[in-house]
Amino acid sequence: MDAGATPRYDMTEAALNEYEHIPTDEGAEELLINMGPQHPSTRGVLRLVLTLDGERVQKCVPHIGYLHSSMEKIAERKTYKQYVPYADRFDYLNAMGNELCYVTAVEELLGIEVPPRGQFIRVIMAEMQRIASHLIYMAAIGIDTGATTVFLYGLRERELLLNLFELASGQRLLYHYLRIGGARNDLPGGFVEGLAKFLDLFPSRMKEYDAILTGNRIFRSRLEGVGAISLEDARSYACTGPVLRACGVPYDVRKVAPYSVYDQFEFDVPTQDKGDCMSRHLVRMAEMRQSVRILRQALEKLPEGEVNAKVPRIIKPPPGEAYARVESPRGELACWLISDGGDKPYRMHWRAPSFYNLQAIEHIARGIWVADMVPVIATLDIILGDIDR
Amino acid sequence: MNGQSLLGYLADSLRGWALGFTGAWGIPPIVVGMVGWIVTCVAVLTLILLSALVGIYLERKIAGYIQSRLGPMVVGPKGIFQTAMDALKLLTKEDIVPVDADRILHTLGPVIFFMAGLMVFIVIPWDFDTIPASALDTNIGLLYLVAVSSLGVIGLVMAGWGSNNKWSLLGALRSAAQSISYEIPMLLSILCVVMCAGSMSLAEISRAQAGGVGHWYIAQWYLWVPAIIYLVTATAEVNRTPFDLPDAESELVAGYHTEYSGMKFALFFLAEYMNVLAVGLVGATLFLGGYNSPLGPADPGIPGVIWLLIKAWAIICFLMWVRWTLPRLRIDQLMAFGWKLLIPAGFVSIFVTAGMILVR
Repeated sequence: MDAGATPRYDMTEAALNEYEHIPTDEGAEELLINMGPQHPSTRGVLRLVLTLDGERVQKCVPHIGYLHSSMEKIAERKTYKQYVPYADRFDYLNAMGNELCYVTAVEELLGIEVPPRGQFIRVIMAEMQRIASHLIYMAAIGIDTGATTVFLYGLRERELLLNLFELASGQRLLYHYLRIGGARNDLPGGFVEGLAKFLDLFPSRMKEYDAILTGNRIFRSRLEGVGAISLEDARSYACTGPVLRACGVPYDVRKVAPYSVYDQFEFDVPTQDKGDCMSRHLVRMAEMRQSVRILRQALEKLPEGEVNAKVPRIIKPPPGEAYARVESPRGELACWLISDGGDKPYRMHWRAPSFYNLQAIEHIARGIWVADMVPVIATLDIILGDIDR
Repeated sequence: MNGQSLLGYLADSLRGWALGFTGAWGIPPIVVGMVGWIVTCVAVLTLILLSALVGIYLERKIAGYIQSRLGPMVVGPKGIFQTAMDALKLLTKEDIVPVDADRILHTLGPVIFFMAGLMVFIVIPWDFDTIPASALDTNIGLLYLVAVSSLGVIGLVMAGWGSNNKWSLLGALRSAAQSISYEIPMLLSILCVVMCAGSMSLAEISRAQAGGVGHWYIAQWYLWVPAIIYLVTATAEVNRTPFDLPDAESELVAGYHTEYSGMKFALFFLAEYMNVLAVGLVGATLFLGGYNSPLGPADPGIPGVIWLLIKAWAIICFLMWVRWTLPRLRIDQLMAFGWKLLIPAGFVSIFVTAGMILVR
């Protein structure tokens, strides 16, 4: 980063003034513009302070924290079981993945083994959630680049998944379905058939997306070569997930440190090597196909038996700490729990992938068109709830 | 009605009827002429405003069909009164002017934009013998049309500047850049048609295409490229996807109309659809034979205005289909497309057309 850079997290007038009135040649001034927190394509409440030279971005300073909700502090006031619904709520598009991460950490503290059927149900839910989240990503980048129809297409297929989630958990967005030691209930009747039907339908719909979005020349010209980040930079910003995989590194927690029963499935980790918006887009589209593959195998191998392990009524893990990592649709999501032997965590911390991925925007945005900010934000696929927690 | 169109017949009988009783009252015929002219203008105005309402409804229904949803369904059967209710709602909304806005420019912007959109329709020829064929049949019809349609951008720049909003300003600057770059290829494509017809009067151009689909300019191979250029540049002129950069929602919030509410916003909205209608009508007149029936002399007597509207709406539906399918270009790509592809193609097609006229 620049030596002697101006304070980045300070939002006082004085700090802002340093960005203002930057004289350029012929006495012209650069335009300081506020993108967000109320802006249609900043994913909720992200605020970017852009310094523009014409329509070129000279400097981009992200301001976060508008959605801060003390998710980590709340954990210290709730019992281990009570916190599960909170885990749903920070990255609201990956509720199942968050639950999985949290309950895995608690199980690690307790030393509980979840029965195979419970594990498979967890994998099924996590992969369905990955498809649903990537569909939202696709819908959003569609509307961001002006292809409004893709938005509706993405939501149409997500609706089918939400119906399945509702069938299993009774909820459509924040499920509170996975529990410490297993899941709330076994898969209800009709779920497996419904999912199989979805898996038959979805590949044909993927072709539709490729035709209307990925293969579209205008869309490609908007994304190709835009917002590229080098592998070194991606690494030094600690980017994970599709952002890192778009730089050519097949880093996927499901492969490098398999959790749950992911070691029993055959799937590829799609990578691209350019690191630009299009690479990130292609990685996500390919990941949906891989998730379909995993789901097919999961339905085939789904074992019979118990869903839940025996879990004490009052959870009091022995003192110690646990660090559970899962692959969220946005990258490596991790939960760090410290127990002091009580019924509440002593301290918990979320490693939120969006937070690390967003940092790179400062670097990516330098010198691009203001119109390119939109695909850059979209392909970083940030969730403000995830960032601010 | 042999040899006469329905509109012409109506106009003639109205005129005769008016001349009959005004003569008895001692009112000079010139007054009747002026009143007749005003009646024509009002009729055209009503048609345009109604068409804009229909256009908005149709757009939403087509968008719904493309996006596998229903579109407006609640107000009235199949939601046909939705647009009217929306207009009513906008009428009753508070008109908000930002504190530091330039009040005069802020108000003038939408008015000028709306007026520019309206003035285009004066020169559209509706039928072959309505007297006059258009509300104003002038031998510089196309020149007038191009001049007036580029007036609208002044309204947009006023709105963008007067709003005192940086996003609006960016949108306004974009629209100025876009209009200027796309007017040139549009002029070049129109010039090809002018060369073929030998006149700038739209009525004359329509007359030159009489006699069935084979006589339309779209049937001449050397006018295909100008027709495509016209369609593309016209889409850019009316700021529709893939050229909707001035009001690109996801980038510039709402571009030049970010700070508008109530009826001023409705003026922008209506004017946008009027412009779309104008693109359809002018395109139909220039390339699709205008009010001429595709059947030529074998036509069973369907009024020319019906044919004109059918052709215009066909073009409009095509534009809607494009809008709900394609993503948006970036500003530099848009400029490169206009200057590096459309303008050279326009010049080449002028030479080709000239050559074809020579050898014909």
